[in-house]
Order: sequence, then structure tokens, then C-alpha cells
Amino acid sequence: MSTSTADLQHGQGHSDDPHHQHHFADMEQQFDTSKIGMWLFLATEVLLFGGLFVGFGLMQARYPQEFIEAHEHLQRPLGALNTVVLLISSFTMVMGVNAAQRGDKKKLVMFLTLTIICACIFLGVKYFEYSHKFEEHLLPPRWYHAQATDTVRDAQGNVSHGYGTFFAFYFMMTGLHGIHILVGIFLLAWIAVRANRGEFSHAYYTPVDLVGLYWHLVDLIWIYLFPLYYLIK
Amino acid sequence: MSTQTHSDKHEHGGPAVYTKTLLALLFLTIVTVGASYVDFGSGNVVIALFIATIKASLVALFFMHLRWDKPVNAVIALAGFLFLGIFLMFDFIDFGARDNLRPVNFNGMPVIQGASGASGAPAPAAGTEKKE
Repeated sequence: MSTSTADLQHGQGHSDDPHHQHHFADMEQQFDTSKIGMWLFLATEVLLFGGLFVGFGLMQARYPQEFIEAHEHLQRPLGALNTVVLLISSFTMVMGVNAAQRGDKKKLVMFLTLTIICACIFLGVKYFEYSHKFEEHLLPPRWYHAQATDTVRDAQGNVSHGYGTFFAFYFMMTGLHGIHILVGIFLLAWIAVRANRGEFSHAYYTPVDLVGLYWHLVDLIWIYLFPLYYLIK
Repeated sequence: MSTQTHSDKHEHGGPAVYTKTLLALLFLTIVTVGASYVDFGSGNVVIALFIATIKASLVALFFMHLRWDKPVNAVIALAGFLFLGIFLMFDFIDFGARDNLRPVNFNGMPVIQGASGASGAPAPAAGTEKKE
């Protein structure tokens, strides 16, 4: 029953915090409301990528042999490297949120910068992977060039559409994920600039927390993309 | 009736917990890459997705704070995956019940092994198509 004067004011909506908007009872409710909104958005993101995962699964069931042969063209070490980079970036992000919760501006800016660096490394590795595939014409069906290793062919020697279909899904899903990384870099930079201006404190760090959630979801999607594309036999 | 202060309510986990989570995630990455070099037949997909789900749960519980959050956020997150599961299930039921899934523009490509061509869909003139 130890309720301080500050907490009573908090509960009655007399918070002095300039970020407190009048239609919320207190900062606590305002924070929770923002967070629910972010989770609803993340649920729609799960469904957005989910549709593509279902399509990938169906086409893999449709062209099992082609998908196994096509996935051999992906560079497993690069995929594993990118997985490690994204996991580390999730760690630096959550450390940034932790710094924000404690009102440690210096560490917050540092961890946000580290997260941005990891994101850039990820996109750099993706650039090398994509250019390799462009050179080899490992592309969606219309532009796909038959590889010597492709075994599923018709009587005339034309290769199955399954190979190109694999790369259509590969570029669609890793591309959409890459766009999310790119958006994440801008969001992180925006948060870092605001943090540097001293806009966040232990009482108000909602944007840091929500961008953090977004960033972890991008990591979470890659956790499924990596084994499905690089490791499936 | 304990009234916590704002910072008390949100400051969970901490660097030690996050470091352990990261180490667990990196360890599981090594395990899943290692497992992909061993042939378990159709078990490879199951193992890969099982490990991915453990990793995703670690990220959601610790990095995304669901472990300490108000339950409503976890309910929303799980609802997303629940509906994805329903979507996935019905699509594969449909796939399994079809004899021939080939769209018209895939005309001429090899058919699925063991698929009987008794599909009711209007099949285009297909010269190289093998139908039983």
C-alpha cells in the first residue's frame, strides 16, 4: 500500500510529461495502447509473409525435385552468415531498448548505431547473393536459363517451370524481407537522431520500443526463411 | 495492492538474460545448419521447422518481451499464427485432394508422379503432357 504522491498524480492523469496526450488516463495506458497497436500491425505482417510461405510450400509440394536442385544454387555459408548478423542485430536492438528504459542516452545511440551497421552488412551480403543469381540467370521462369544440373525436363529437353518458380519465390520473399530491412534502417536512423536530441527518457521511450518490436519481427521472419530456402533437402 | 512505478513495470530481462538468449539462438543456428548436412529423409524439414520455431519463440519471449508483457499482446501474436495455420491447413487439404494443380500456362511441363489426370479442370491442348 505504499503509494507515493507521484504515483497518485500519475493515476489521475496529471502527469507533467509533455508526451502525455490528454485522451489517455496516464503514461502507462498510453504506452500499452501503442504497444497493442504495434502488435496488431505485426500480426498483419505475419499474415502478409504467411501467404507467401503457404505459396512456397504448395509449389515445393508441386515441384519437389526441382526445388531441391534449385536450392543447391544458394550459398549456404552466406545464408548462415546473414542469420548470425540478424540475430546479433536483434540483440543490439534489445540492448538499445534496455538502455532507453534506463534513460541511458549514450548507450541507446550506440546500440541503435550497431543495429544499423548489422542491417547494412545484411543488405551487403544480399547484394552479393543477388548479383551471383543475376549472372547465372537463376531468375523467375520467364528469364530463367536452364542449368547443366537441371534434371527435370520434357521430351524436347526443356526444363521444368519448377526451377524458375523456386527463384520467383526466392526473390519475392527475400526481396520483401529486404525491403523491410531497408525500412528498418530508416526507422532506426530516425530513432537514433531523436535519441541523440534527448527526446527519450525512462518515462517515455515508446518509439524505441515499437521500432524494436518491428526489428525483432524482421529477424523472426528470417529465422523461417533461412532453413526453408537454404537448408531444405 | 502494490503500486509499482513506471520503470519497475517495464524493466525486465536485462543484459544478462539477453546475452543468454543470443547465445542460445546462435547455438541453435549451428545445430540447424549441422542437421541439414545429415540426411533424415523427410525428417529434415520437420527438424528445420522445429528448431526455427524454438528460435522464433526465444525471440518473441525475451527480445520482444512477451514473457513479461500484458497477455493481450501474446494473444494478438498467437492469433496471427493461428490464422496462418488455418490458411496453411486448408490449402494443403485442397492440394492433396486435387489430381492436377497445373495452371494453364504451365502447359507441357512434367506432371506430378502418381497424379492421375482425372481433373475436372478444362485442360488445354497439351502435346507433351503425360496423362493416364
